[in-house]
Amino acid sequence: MTARTQTGSKVRKGVGESVPRPDGIPKVTGHFAYASDLYAQDMLWGAARRAPVAHAGVTHLDVAPALAMAGVHAVLTYDDLPAKRFQGQIITDQPVLADGTIRYWGEVVAIVAADDPTTAAEAAQAIEVAYEPLDPLTDVDEALARDEVLRKAVSYRGDREVHGEVVVEATYETATQDQAPLGNEAGIAVPDGAGGVDVYGPTQWTHVDHEQLVDCLGLRPEEVRVHPTGLGGAFGAREDLSLQTHLCLLALRTGRPVRMVFGREESFAAHVKRHAARMYYRHEADRAGNLIRVDAKLLLDGGAYSMTSPAVVANAVGFAVGPYRCPNVFVDGYALRTNNPPSGAMRGFGAVQTGFAVESQMDRVAAELGMDPLEFRLKNAIGPGDVLATTGQLITEPLPTREVIESVRAMPLPDDETSTDARELPGGTGLTTPRSAVVRGVGYAVGFKNLAFSEGFDDYAEARITLTPVGLDIHTAAIEVGQGMVTVLEQIARSVTGIEDVRVIFDDTSQIGSAGSTSASRQTQMSGGAVLKAAEKLRDELFEYFGADALSSEGMWRGSQLVASLPEACLDRDFSAHVRHRHQGSEEPDENGQGNLHVDFAVSAHRAVVDVDPVLGLVRVVKIDTAQDVGFALNPMSVIGQIEGGTMQGIGLAVMEELIVDHGIVRNPNFTDYLLPTFLDAPPIEAVLIEQPSSWGPFGAKGFAELPTISSTPAVVAAIRNATGKALTRVPVRPEDIAL
Amino acid sequence: MEIVRPQNLAGVFDALELSPDALLLAGGTDSMVLVNAGALRPDNVISLRNVKELKIWDGGFIGAGVTYARLEHSDVAALAELSRTVGSPQIRAVGTLGGNLGTASPAGDALPFLAAVDAAVELVSGSGSRVMAWDEFLTGPKKNALEPGELILGAHLPDVVPERTAFAKIGVRQAMVISIASVCVTRDRAGITTVAMGAVGPTVLRARGAEEMISGEAAPSEAALDEFQRLVSEEARPITDHRSTEEYRRMAVGVLARRALERCLA
Amino acid sequence: MNVRLIVNGEVLNAEVTTPISLLKVLRDELHLLGTKDACEQGECGSCSVLLDGDLVCSCLVMAADAHDLPVTTVEGIASDGELHPLQQALIDHGGVQCGFCTPGFVVAGADLLERNPSPTSGEIREALSGNLCRCTGYGGIERAIQSLIEVEER
Repeated sequence: MTARTQTGSKVRKGVGESVPRPDGIPKVTGHFAYASDLYAQDMLWGAARRAPVAHAGVTHLDVAPALAMAGVHAVLTYDDLPAKRFQGQIITDQPVLADGTIRYWGEVVAIVAADDPTTAAEAAQAIEVAYEPLDPLTDVDEALARDEVLRKAVSYRGDREVHGEVVVEATYETATQDQAPLGNEAGIAVPDGAGGVDVYGPTQWTHVDHEQLVDCLGLRPEEVRVHPTGLGGAFGAREDLSLQTHLCLLALRTGRPVRMVFGREESFAAHVKRHAARMYYRHEADRAGNLIRVDAKLLLDGGAYSMTSPAVVANAVGFAVGPYRCPNVFVDGYALRTNNPPSGAMRGFGAVQTGFAVESQMDRVAAELGMDPLEFRLKNAIGPGDVLATTGQLITEPLPTREVIESVRAMPLPDDETSTDARELPGGTGLTTPRSAVVRGVGYAVGFKNLAFSEGFDDYAEARITLTPVGLDIHTAAIEVGQGMVTVLEQIARSVTGIEDVRVIFDDTSQIGSAGSTSASRQTQMSGGAVLKAAEKLRDELFEYFGADALSSEGMWRGSQLVASLPEACLDRDFSAHVRHRHQGSEEPDENGQGNLHVDFAVSAHRAVVDVDPVLGLVRVVKIDTAQDVGFALNPMSVIGQIEGGTMQGIGLAVMEELIVDHGIVRNPNFTDYLLPTFLDAPPIEAVLIEQPSSWGPFGAKGFAELPTISSTPAVVAAIRNATGKALTRVPVRPEDIAL
Repeated sequence: MEIVRPQNLAGVFDALELSPDALLLAGGTDSMVLVNAGALRPDNVISLRNVKELKIWDGGFIGAGVTYARLEHSDVAALAELSRTVGSPQIRAVGTLGGNLGTASPAGDALPFLAAVDAAVELVSGSGSRVMAWDEFLTGPKKNALEPGELILGAHLPDVVPERTAFAKIGVRQAMVISIASVCVTRDRAGITTVAMGAVGPTVLRARGAEEMISGEAAPSEAALDEFQRLVSEEARPITDHRSTEEYRRMAVGVLARRALERCLA
Repeated sequence: MNVRLIVNGEVLNAEVTTPISLLKVLRDELHLLGTKDACEQGECGSCSVLLDGDLVCSCLVMAADAHDLPVTTVEGIASDGELHPLQQALIDHGGVQCGFCTPGFVVAGADLLERNPSPTSGEIREALSGNLCRCTGYGGIERAIQSLIEVEER
C-alpha cells in the first residue's frame, strides 16, 4: 500500500465524512438541469418510428407522406446513413436504423425532425411501413440449439472424473429486469456550423459513445463532442447508445439543433435490460460439507443485438460458484441472440443472475447435508490466499467473506410482528391478510463480484486538477448518475490538499480523456484514484515551487508562515496536474477460462426477514440487514444510500419486477404494470460496513455499489422458502408460485 | 380545442347540445392517460370540475364527482377501505366514483362495492334522468349503458346499507397497484350476505350461489366457510393476462371472500 | 385558447390548442422545468404539484381545466431564497441521489407535513406511496422527514 501523506488532515468535508451532495440545492429546488430540460435556439424536435413487431421483414417503407407534411424537415432511414451503419460498444452489430429486417419490438425504422413535438410524432406515424412477419426466436434453449451464440464463456478447472457424495441439481430462472431509471431518455444535438456536432444525452461513458458516433456519422474525432448531462438515474441503462446517433444524424441533416424526449413506453423500448437467464446447476459436496464440484450451464438472453452481452456472460461465469472454494468447476456460459429486446448492463452485470442460482444451490446442498446454511458457507468461504474457483486466480486483496457472513448473522433479528395495521401486513392496504394468516421466514445470501473491468481490458481513468484563486477545479469524464461521484471526488481532493473549496467539472470528450465507464463498481477506485494522484501531483508541485510544506484553503505554508495565497499563486503561473490512472491490470482468459481475469473483488451478505401469506402467496419484506465489504467508506452517508437503493432493486427483482416479454412483445412497458417497489414496500435496512482497506483504492476504498443488488434477491427468496417450504427457482416470485 | 367549465348540470347539457361528442372530463385519471398517449384527442371538452350537483354526497347518494379522497372518510367500512386502495394519494385527490363507472373496467375498485350493495346508477341528460341497477349499467369489459348526451349523476345506495361490509384487493405491491382480484362482502343482521368480485370476470360479478348458501347460516361453521369459499371461486370467470393467471385469480377470490366475510362476522 | 394559471403566486398565461396536460404546459410553455415528466400515467409522482391546494399528478390534469386555479410547483416551495426545512433535510440525510424524483417528494412531503406535522412512519410511507424513487430505497427520504418531526416535538 502506498503511503498517503494527508496534509489536509484538518480539512473540513474530507474523506470519511458524510458530506452532503454539492448538487443537493439545485436538485431539491427543481433547478438542476437534466437531459430532458435542455433547450436550444431554433431547435427542432425529433421522433422515432418504432416497429411494433418482434421479427419481420420490412416489405414497404415510404417516407414521402411524412416529408410532405408542413413543418417536417427531415426523415431518415437506413438508406440515408452516411457512414458506418452499425453500432455497438463491443461488437458493432446493431443497425443504426433498421436494415430491412426487424429483430426486436421497438426497433427504430425511421427518424423524423419537425418544428414541434406533435408534428414530429405525427410525421413518424405517417411514414408508411409494411411488415412481413417472421417467426420470432424467443427461447434461450432454442437459440442455443440454433447456435445463435453471441459469446460463449467457460470455466473449466479440475478433474471431470471427480464426484461428491451429495448431489443437488436444479434449474433456475431470472426474468427480465428493467433499470427503470426515473428519468427517461432525452437529449439534444447541436450542429457546430462547421460540419461537426455537440451531443448532450444520457450516458455512462462519453468516450465510448464518441467512438461509435464518429464511425456512424463519418466525422473526424475532433468534430464530435459528447457532453454529459444531468441524469435521472442509470443503473446500466445508459451504457449503450439509445438516441444519440439519431439526434446527431438529424442535426447534421437539418443544420439545426434537434431535441428528443422519450416517454416511459419509448424508454422501455430504447434501453437495454438485465438479461433474463435460465441456469442449469449441479452441485456436489462430500459428507463433511466441502464443495467438491460445480457444473453449470448458463443461458443468458442477449436479445437481438450484442450490446454488452459478451462481458455480461463472462461475469456470469466468473461468479457462478460464488465466493466459495471448489476444486472442480465446469461452467459453460452462453449469451444468446434472440428476438427479445436487447439485453445489456444492469447493476450486478451477470453476477445477479448466477448469484441467485448459486446461493439457492448453497442452501439446498446445506439442507441435503443437514448443515446450517451459514456454517456450510463459512466452511467453504474464500478469502485472501485462496483461489477463485472459476478462474484459479489467487486472491491477493482483502476479501472478508467470512466477516460479512458472521456480521450479518450477529445482527439482532426483529421482534415478531404483532401489528394489525394493514401497512405492516402482506397485501398492504388491500386488506388481504389477517395477522393469523402470516408465516415468518428468514433467509441469508452472499453476493460476490469483481471490481472494475476484467479480462485484460486496458482500464484507465483520467483526471485533471487545476488551481484556481479560490480552490481547485477537478476535470473528469466520470459520470454523475446520482451515485455521488461529485461528492467523493471533491472529498478526495480536499483530504489530499487541505483545500476546501473544490469543484468538479464534468467535461465533454474534447476536454479530457476517458474515465472509462461509470459502471462495474469502478469509478470510486478509478476516477477516485486518478483524482488522488492528480491532487498529490499538484500538491507536490506547489510545495516544490513555493518551498512550502503545507497547504490549506488560505494558501501555501512554510511552517507557520503563509508563503503565497491561492490568488497569488494563480497570478504567478497556472498550476495543473493531469493523470491517467491505471489499475494493476488483468489477463485474458485461456481456453479453459483460467487466468488472472479479474483485478479485485468484493463481497456482501444479506439477511431478509419476510412475512408471507402462504395461502394468497403475498410477501412483505419486514426487515433486511446487510454487511458489506467497502474497503473504506469515503462518505458513509453515500455508502448507506447505495446499499439501501441497491438492496431495494434486489428486493424488486425478488418479488415484483418483471418485464413481461411475450413472443418478443413487451406487455408492460409502463409503470402501471412494471411494478417498482413503493415507499410502503421498503423495509428498514441496517448495514454493517466491513472496512478492510484496499491496497489500490483511494484511502483504501473499494467499489461496492453493485453488491447490495446481488445478495438481496437470493436472501429474500431464501426467506420466502423458509416460510413456505416451496422450491422457488424463479424470480420474481409471483403470488401463484407460492400459493398454487 | 375548446373547453367549457359549467357550474351546474344545466350548463353541462347546454354544452352537450352544442357538442354531443365532447369529452366529459372529471378527475382525468383515466382520460388524461389516453390523451398523454395520443390515443384520445377531443376537440371539445366539458369539464365537470365545478359542477355542484356531481359533488353531492348525501347519505345514500354519492355524486359521480365525489373523489376517493373524500370517500376514504366514509363510515361504511368497505367504501372507506376500497377508496384507500385506489391508486395513490395523488390519484385519490382527483379520481371519482363516476370515473370507475364511466370507465367500467372490471378492475375498477369501487365497482364490487356498488354491486355488493345493489347500488343503482343515475344517468342524466337534457331530457331527464334514468336510474338503472348496477348490472344493467355495467354491460361488459369497459362497456356501460351510457348513451350519447348522458352523463353519470351518481350512485344510489339502498336506504339501509348492511351493517357489516368489507373490501379486499390483491395486487403485487403494498400500495398503488391495480387489482388482480378484489371482493366486497356485506352481511346484515339477518345474515343476508352479498359477495361481489372484481377483476375476475368481464365485469364485476356477484357470487349468487355462495351468497345464498351462506345467508342461511346464522353462525357459519368452518365447513360452511370452506363451502362458501369454494362456491365463490367456482362462480368467478377469470382470465389469464399479464397481471395474473386464471387459476390464481379463481383461487384467490375465494380466499379473499372468505376472509372478508370473516371480518364481517367478527 | 388562453390558459391563465396562478403559479407560485404569479399569474402566468399560456396558449393552448390541444388537450395537453398541466405538466406539459408548466414545462414546455412556462419553462418551469422543476416538475418532472417520468410516466404520464399518474404512477410515479414525479410531476406532483398542488392544484388548488390538492396534491395531484400534473400529468393527469388537463391544462385548460386548470384555468384560473392556483398551482404550487417545486419552484414555489422555497420562499424568499430560503429552503423549506424538508428541502434542507433531504440534502442532509441522503434523501437525494439522482434527484429526478426529488421535486415530487418535496411537494408531496411538504404537503404531508403541512396537513400532519407529526406523522407516524406508516403515515409517512403511505402518504408518499405515490412517489417512486429508484435510487435511495426511500431510507434517506424517511430519515429526512423523521428529522423534522423530532424538531417539532422538542
